[in-house]
Amino acid sequence: MGSAEKSVEATVNAVARDSYGRLLSYLAARCGDVELAEDSLGDAFLAALRTWPSRGVPERPEAWLLAAARNRLNDDARRIRVRQEHAERLAHAARDAAAIAETGEGFPDERLKLLFLCADPAIDPDIHTPLMLQVVLRIDAARIARAFLIKPAAMGQRLVRAKTKIRDAGVPFEVPALNELAPRLEAVMEAIYAAYSSGWEDAPGTDPGQARLTEEALWLARVLVELMPDEPEPRGLFALLLHCEARRSARRSSEGRYVPIAEQDPALWSVDLMREAERHLRAASAQQRLGRFQLEAAIQSVHAERARTGRIDRRAIALLYEGLVRTAPTLGALVGRAAATAEVDGPEAGLAMLEEIRGHPMEEHQPYWAVRAHLLAQAGRAGEARDAFARAIDLTDDDAVRVFLIERSEAVETDQR
Amino acid sequence: MKYSILIYQPDAYFNAAPDDELWGAWRAYHKSLSDAGVYLDSGALKRPATATTVRVQGERRLVQDGPFAETKEQLAGFIVVETPSLKEALDWAARCPAAQYGAVEVRPVQEIEQFVPVFSS
Repeated sequence: MGSAEKSVEATVNAVARDSYGRLLSYLAARCGDVELAEDSLGDAFLAALRTWPSRGVPERPEAWLLAAARNRLNDDARRIRVRQEHAERLAHAARDAAAIAETGEGFPDERLKLLFLCADPAIDPDIHTPLMLQVVLRIDAARIARAFLIKPAAMGQRLVRAKTKIRDAGVPFEVPALNELAPRLEAVMEAIYAAYSSGWEDAPGTDPGQARLTEEALWLARVLVELMPDEPEPRGLFALLLHCEARRSARRSSEGRYVPIAEQDPALWSVDLMREAERHLRAASAQQRLGRFQLEAAIQSVHAERARTGRIDRRAIALLYEGLVRTAPTLGALVGRAAATAEVDGPEAGLAMLEEIRGHPMEEHQPYWAVRAHLLAQAGRAGEARDAFARAIDLTDDDAVRVFLIERSEAVETDQR
Repeated sequence: MKYSILIYQPDAYFNAAPDDELWGAWRAYHKSLSDAGVYLDSGALKRPATATTVRVQGERRLVQDGPFAETKEQLAGFIVVETPSLKEALDWAARCPAAQYGAVEVRPVQEIEQFVPVFSS
């Protein structure tokens, strides 16, 4: 590959990173078919890779891509004769795309609509969040399958089935009326949080695809707050993400080593982001309707306090986790509570809580094994600790975290000799 | 009397488009229904996976992905005919192509005067 091709490829990747979600939402909204919108946009990006090296990168790459996607939509509109109504919609979508390419006007950002579409009650609720992650945030199905602890093939099938239903049943593409927003909000927030966490795993920010995810998640959370300013939970979610974002540069040492939150240097935390987080959390709690994301944000808020007070209020954290488990007993919350309780009452108390967890797929859950390993090591149960560390290391994708766990595991072994 | 001929078929028949022979059989069946002057109305349904089921409990609307009942053979469409008696309706049902690969149910249509006429004949 020549250097010209390489630089064009970099440009195409950058456009994909910045605009894919917006382009896809725009196309899907108009043709009513998520899968076809994905295919046509994929074709458009391929065409860009083919033609831009010789003809140069167009002045408005997004408009060019929409025009290219239009060709595919037109082809399909001609081919699908059986479904007349469908063909008309495709032709309409193609016309709209062409208009944008010609007039040079910007196109509306409809990512939020696409998120809410994925959470329509006519679609299997278990697939709402994975669908959003794959369709809107472009996280690949295998990775989503891992996060949701199901087999990749099964996840792939269910995603396809949901997209087929959207097309064939005519699921509407719109932000639902206010009274219908609430039931879908949960899945939308869960997807935004999962996207942020997924991007978050790449702490050094070396992977532009991952940086895109955290940015996109922050943007979506902000838009959600603007859409529903009187709903406390979106503000809670936004505050949570802002608190995490504030610590981005403190999460790795200058040598790239993983630094757990309690050992981070608070001077490296962003004061501006923490302030903004606190502002949203206050506005949320004024509504007096506590929820999962407000509690999660409050936990991060207690950690942030260390920047001011120099100490961690561990009892407050344990209490907030208790509230979190009562509101939303997810596996993550249960494991977090065990860790928080151990900080106050000792490792055996935390281990007892881990033992009590039932009905969750712990086998593949990295935090479960990491927390278990640390607590066993603290409790002096070296053999069991080593086994748990081995399991946690096995389940860790992040290199820095893996090194951290390996070192802790080795420290257990040396203590015993 | 008016009868509904309800067509049930196995999943495989929803997923594949009918071949030319089957299409031909359906077209011929519809033609003979109208030639005989018994045809009133009909409708074909998409796959059961495209179904959405709604229930209302008090103020709450419960919407569920999927058909009302998960059975091996699913409702695929209906034809409404007008015949002198059940005997003729059953004869027509037996000629329905779906009777060969699925099941066809015949039910008299309940006529309710207060309603706007559903089938104006």
